[in-house]
Amino acid sequence: MLKNLLIVVVEADTDRAQSIADGLAETGDHDIRIVAEQSSLARRVAELRPDVVLIDIADPSRDILEELALASGPAERPVAMFVDRSDEQLTRSAIEAGISAYVVGGLRPDRIKPIIDAAVARFHMLQQLRAELAATRAALEERKIVDRAKAVLMKARGMDEAEAYALLRKTAMDQGKRIGEIAQQLVTAAGLLGR
Amino acid sequence: MRLRLGYIPLIDAAPLIVAHELGFAAEEGLTLDLVRLGAWAQSRDMLGAGLIDAAHMLVPMPIGQALGLGPRLPDFDLVMFLAHGGQAVAISTGIEQRLRAEGHGFDFSDARAAGLALRRAAPGRLRVGVPFTFSTQLELIRHWLTGCGFRPDDLRLKTVPPPMMADALAADEIDAFCVGEPWASFAVERGIAALLLPGPAIWASPPEKGLVLRRDFAVTRPDQTGALMRAIWRAGRWLDEPDHRGTAAEILSRPDYLDLPAELAERGLTGRLLISTGGEVRSVPNFLAFNAGAASFPWKSLAALIARSIAVRHDLAPDAAMRRAMTHFRTDLYRQHLRPAGASLPGASLRVEGMIEAERVVAAERGQMTLRADRFFDGFVFEPPGESPDRSASQD
Repeated sequence: MLKNLLIVVVEADTDRAQSIADGLAETGDHDIRIVAEQSSLARRVAELRPDVVLIDIADPSRDILEELALASGPAERPVAMFVDRSDEQLTRSAIEAGISAYVVGGLRPDRIKPIIDAAVARFHMLQQLRAELAATRAALEERKIVDRAKAVLMKARGMDEAEAYALLRKTAMDQGKRIGEIAQQLVTAAGLLGR
Repeated sequence: MRLRLGYIPLIDAAPLIVAHELGFAAEEGLTLDLVRLGAWAQSRDMLGAGLIDAAHMLVPMPIGQALGLGPRLPDFDLVMFLAHGGQAVAISTGIEQRLRAEGHGFDFSDARAAGLALRRAAPGRLRVGVPFTFSTQLELIRHWLTGCGFRPDDLRLKTVPPPMMADALAADEIDAFCVGEPWASFAVERGIAALLLPGPAIWASPPEKGLVLRRDFAVTRPDQTGALMRAIWRAGRWLDEPDHRGTAAEILSRPDYLDLPAELAERGLTGRLLISTGGEVRSVPNFLAFNAGAASFPWKSLAALIARSIAVRHDLAPDAAMRRAMTHFRTDLYRQHLRPAGASLPGASLRVEGMIEAERVVAAERGQMTLRADRFFDGFVFEPPGESPDRSASQD
């Protein structure tokens, strides 16, 4: 029987880390550890001697792992780039998903693949959640701006709220812009005019 | 034509950002998508995977790749330097106090005096943060401190991501660090560090960042490569007008780019650095150069110099390493693509490094050109391998 792997997930966000760990757990009975602290990363990796380290491709702490990968002799590297020993497609899909993996020398590609695949799936899911959250935030921001623009119009032109909104909408349509953009311009201009 | 460019938020990403913001790219028919990245390894991986077309990279990084010390990725070439200098050495306030007690004057220019004083103030092991294993900062620190009485074993060089340098110093994980601006000033601002030296006090013109492309891109898309190089070269020329540095600081500080107060970005760009919480300001002429004095020309001898140092540290044959690295500094593409823009081109592509005491006028491919000073604090001189390096570029 294959030995279970020790996988370290480097992620400061607890929910995100848990989600990735859950995804990995579905691929086998692996020992999954989460490292949240950048300052203890080098020490923890040296202590744990994991088979695989997974980390967000944009995490600045990655550069610390790079040093570890080079510091030890090739025979006994605690971590090494998985892109060294795996197929290009896998590498590319991981990089596109925003994940990087460091794998101990000698770990067979067929053992790495399901783990990377699971991580890629989780990263995609998390990216989507993030994008949705950002979209929700942007929509909220836009609503706030539109409310302020309406208030400006109501005060300056003595309109009621429905008239103010109708004017904003008409202007946006005439100029081929989003109502949020028109509202932003109006609020900015009103600010400049001190109103 | 659209190109995706990766950069790390540092003041020396200015040529890319200015090329985009001030229309130098548009003049060449390019639209630049600037992609802000979080780690040097990310930049390397994304360039390798073709997710970005070109990258703002630490000069030693493509050399590390060329020597087989990184992941197996397509070949990278450095086609021009983006910046020289811009680094500073910061020390903990504890060491600062010991240095002051010993009478060190923090002149921010005498590297030997500072190094010897540091050796006395910090006996035993010194832990120094650098941004990456393959970085100009690491080269500077090793050259400087081993030249000031530190044995290699006395130095523990530790990779710390630049935004975390101040925290690492505060948490006593390191005693000092060397990093590109704005991160040294950031630590001073937080009251955690004092600045001991600017990078150019150790080596007058340390090549810091380069524009790195995949070789297959440079070969198969010569028009875009040339257009990009010219746009960035013109941006660098614009940036080297002293009057423009304040504007550059404004642009760089925007939320889309460095996202910090313009005043902080301005320190490194103008070379006027606040070196301690006590409010001492030091002016460093030539702290950061983008274009002047042929700064962007990617001398093959600099590839060799850095390759030798990396090879020695990683038990590789130095001679082969130097020759291999030199093939990745593309002086040929520089000449081909920047000649039409009017860049001054040196007669040779390699030279003896460390010979120029002060800015000097030399013969160029056409007419004359000015070369930057490139002296090391200890008078170190590096002769690259190969045919006969051009001494005329470095001697009168």
